[in-house]
Amino acid sequence: MIFAVLIPLLVACFIPTLSKAKNKIHTGIFTFFVPFFIFLYFIRLVGKDFTPIRQTYNWIPSLGINLDFYLDGLSLLFVLLISGIGSLVVLYSIFYLDKKERLGHFYVYLLLFMTAMFGVVLSDNVFVLYTFWELTSISSFLLIGYWHFKERSRYGALKSMLITIFGGLSMFGGFILLSVITGSTSIQEMISQTDVILSSNYLPLILALILLGAFTKSAQFPFHIWLPDAMEAPTPVSAYLHSATMVKAGIFLIARFSPIFSGYEGFFITVSLVGIVTLCWGSYMAVRQTDLKAILAFSTISQLGMIMAMLGFGTPAAVFAAVFHILNHATFKGSLFMIAGIIDHETGTRDIRKLGGLFTLLPISATLAIFGTFSMAGVPFPFLNGFYSKELFFEATLDLESASLLAELIPYLAILGSIFTFVYSMYFFFGVFTGPKKLNQLPKKPHEAPVGMLLSPIILVLGVILIGLFPNMVNAPFIQHAAEAVNSNAEYHKIGFWHGWDFTPLHMSLIVVALGIVLFLTRKKWSGVYKVLPGKLSFNRVYDGLVNKLDTYSAGITNSYMTGSLKLYMSLILATMIIVTTGFMLLTDGFTISSNNLADITIIEVSIVIIMVAAAIATIFTKHNMAALLILGVVGYGVALLFVIYRAPDIALTQFVVETITVALFILCFYHLPKLRKTDDSSGSKTLNAVLAIGFGAMMTLIGISAYSTNWFDSISDYFLKTSYKLGGGDNVVNVILVDMRGLDTLFEIAVLGIAALAIFSLIKLKKNKEAE
Amino acid sequence: MYKTNDLILRTTTSLIAFILLGFAVYLLLAGHNSPGGGFVGGLMTSAAILLMYIAYGIEAVKKVLPINFLVLIPIGLAIALGTGIGSFIFGVPFLSQTFDYFTIPLFGEIELATAMIFDLGVYFTVIGVMMTIILTIANDQ
Repeated sequence: MIFAVLIPLLVACFIPTLSKAKNKIHTGIFTFFVPFFIFLYFIRLVGKDFTPIRQTYNWIPSLGINLDFYLDGLSLLFVLLISGIGSLVVLYSIFYLDKKERLGHFYVYLLLFMTAMFGVVLSDNVFVLYTFWELTSISSFLLIGYWHFKERSRYGALKSMLITIFGGLSMFGGFILLSVITGSTSIQEMISQTDVILSSNYLPLILALILLGAFTKSAQFPFHIWLPDAMEAPTPVSAYLHSATMVKAGIFLIARFSPIFSGYEGFFITVSLVGIVTLCWGSYMAVRQTDLKAILAFSTISQLGMIMAMLGFGTPAAVFAAVFHILNHATFKGSLFMIAGIIDHETGTRDIRKLGGLFTLLPISATLAIFGTFSMAGVPFPFLNGFYSKELFFEATLDLESASLLAELIPYLAILGSIFTFVYSMYFFFGVFTGPKKLNQLPKKPHEAPVGMLLSPIILVLGVILIGLFPNMVNAPFIQHAAEAVNSNAEYHKIGFWHGWDFTPLHMSLIVVALGIVLFLTRKKWSGVYKVLPGKLSFNRVYDGLVNKLDTYSAGITNSYMTGSLKLYMSLILATMIIVTTGFMLLTDGFTISSNNLADITIIEVSIVIIMVAAAIATIFTKHNMAALLILGVVGYGVALLFVIYRAPDIALTQFVVETITVALFILCFYHLPKLRKTDDSSGSKTLNAVLAIGFGAMMTLIGISAYSTNWFDSISDYFLKTSYKLGGGDNVVNVILVDMRGLDTLFEIAVLGIAALAIFSLIKLKKNKEAE
Repeated sequence: MYKTNDLILRTTTSLIAFILLGFAVYLLLAGHNSPGGGFVGGLMTSAAILLMYIAYGIEAVKKVLPINFLVLIPIGLAIALGTGIGSFIFGVPFLSQTFDYFTIPLFGEIELATAMIFDLGVYFTVIGVMMTIILTIANDQ
């Protein structure tokens, strides 16, 4: 199995080289064989006696993160979808994309995406799954932004990236919680420990996080907004990523984890509700669109909502219908996207208002579209697979196990959503292919697409018809295994077209068709309702608002404190220190005061301190800068005098000389500076400064007192005094400490001095050189 | 430029500078046993040179002391670092200091310590730093 994951990646490495030959051979031809062979490899596993396969390759065994691959029915369904539709999309893109495009980029991204998707559906390890999950987000980002010169493409790519990565990261959080609770990283082992997870207190949180991941990826309400904008991607990408594969990754995730969560009522409520709301909202909004791909995008949203709702129901019948609809949706939606691409390619526009009457001009595409749209609408014909899954859906809505109000409402909501599904399907088909021809409005003269381009939609529509005619052909060997992987109770469910007249789902289908026809024909009369319901309400506005406001507000916050004013920064630093330190002292009851260690106070100390305090206060109020410097000098000499009194001759000597030199240097520098400016501070900011200064001083005083009052350990100075002469050979203990006992400090201090001198030297000399130039 | 007659200043300077230099050398040498040491010694030497500079001007100082003070910084640092590295030769940890007593003619018994060499490094560095800073700033227009 690992080869399915790795081969696309390996081939992607060679694509740039191969694309050099694009003038002769279209790069897509090389690429085509990759998904095709993978498809052939996996299709032979389909059969009644299929059993799950497991493979493990060590990656980071110490963290329990290994390339665990597990192929069961569900994975097999997805692998076949990815490789099968992948082959058809590559085939289609060969004819769709011109050789002048940057094909190398396109196919590298596409193959990267294929690797990621195979990885997601095959992984058994949650962290490996997450890795591939993010890779799908990234490669999808690259593909949506393929025409990066278009502003809309970049917008759409960024939007899808932000939303899906948001979900991906939430999901990652859920995975971490899961693996911590179960002590395992394997999904299958987690399923075997369902009881542990269901009894955990974190269950709602885990569920919410994982559902966020699934809902964002599968474009569920209200995270659906990225999908319509992702339609700026080339049509093969839309057909592949945004109808058949990536948007189903969220569905896959829910299906994969539903054995764990389906026993939890919250899972049923959330998933069903979100799914059914998405179904209704997506189909309702699709009717409003004018762009063909936008109609299909909202249709995809709505159909995914339907699948999601069925997975939420969790009953064996609903799960079976969901899995069946995954397959059906991939076939008809893939073909419809390709037809939309053909129409775009052949007429030059995707605007449904400019299109019309193309049936005679594009007969083959029109025929294919009939099958696609009618299957999507769920019209009861025995050759449309969409009808079967829709009928199974109705059947599932009717026999819900839950007895809540939601369960009562669901059948009606399902009918409502399906009516609009019918309307937009008809709108899509009849709007494009019937009615008056508007050839003069078209940029190109329309004609039928080349055979190669039609080949892929033909194959998909054949799939629609074949599954429609012989639904049980795929049922037992294929869908059955997938359903069993999601819900082990899923029984063999024979799909039939006719169940008799008194079969309620048939009545529902008929109601849908009847009301749908009425609504479709009177479309113009009630379309005013869109001005009322979505009106100006739109999640796009929420998203744009969030993104823009986040920018504005974060810029505003940054600008509010990063003003470039050093004074403000200083105030912030001091305020933080005051708050944190005093807060810490108050919280931990850290302030202590004791008079045990206090020495006697002499009159000399008091008088020196009084002089120093007077000088310090005078410095603040002096208007003249030279005077301020000299008064500051008084403080310095006062300190030196204190050193003398406290019998520190070395320090006193140094303090005297250093104080003299600093005052001299200050005078030298300030001589060239302009006079102290009268600061035009408001009285408010002056008060604030005073408060900060006093607060900081008070804080430091408190710390000093507390530190002095708590004498926890004996001083080590006795050792120095005793051994200074014996070991250092000197009576001057200070000097012995400086040069002998703690000589390393001194070494680096003189290095600091040297660096300072060199810095001053280069500062002044370099400035001179610059002026000389 | 108008030149003042600094006769008294210059005459006293030639006396005081020597006293200052002598005091500085005393501080450096006596540092191990009485207040003083390389740092204060270096500062005091700088003060002496500075006095000469104030009294006689930069040209005269350059003539009397043809030293590039900037070079003193690496020399001083190299000496200090050298005493540290020197302890490796004797197989002891970095910056190990030792001392002993010697009897030298004329001086009698005297204590010689390796810490003295380290202090000498400090001394040179401080002179280099102080003179570089002051002369650079003073010469800046």
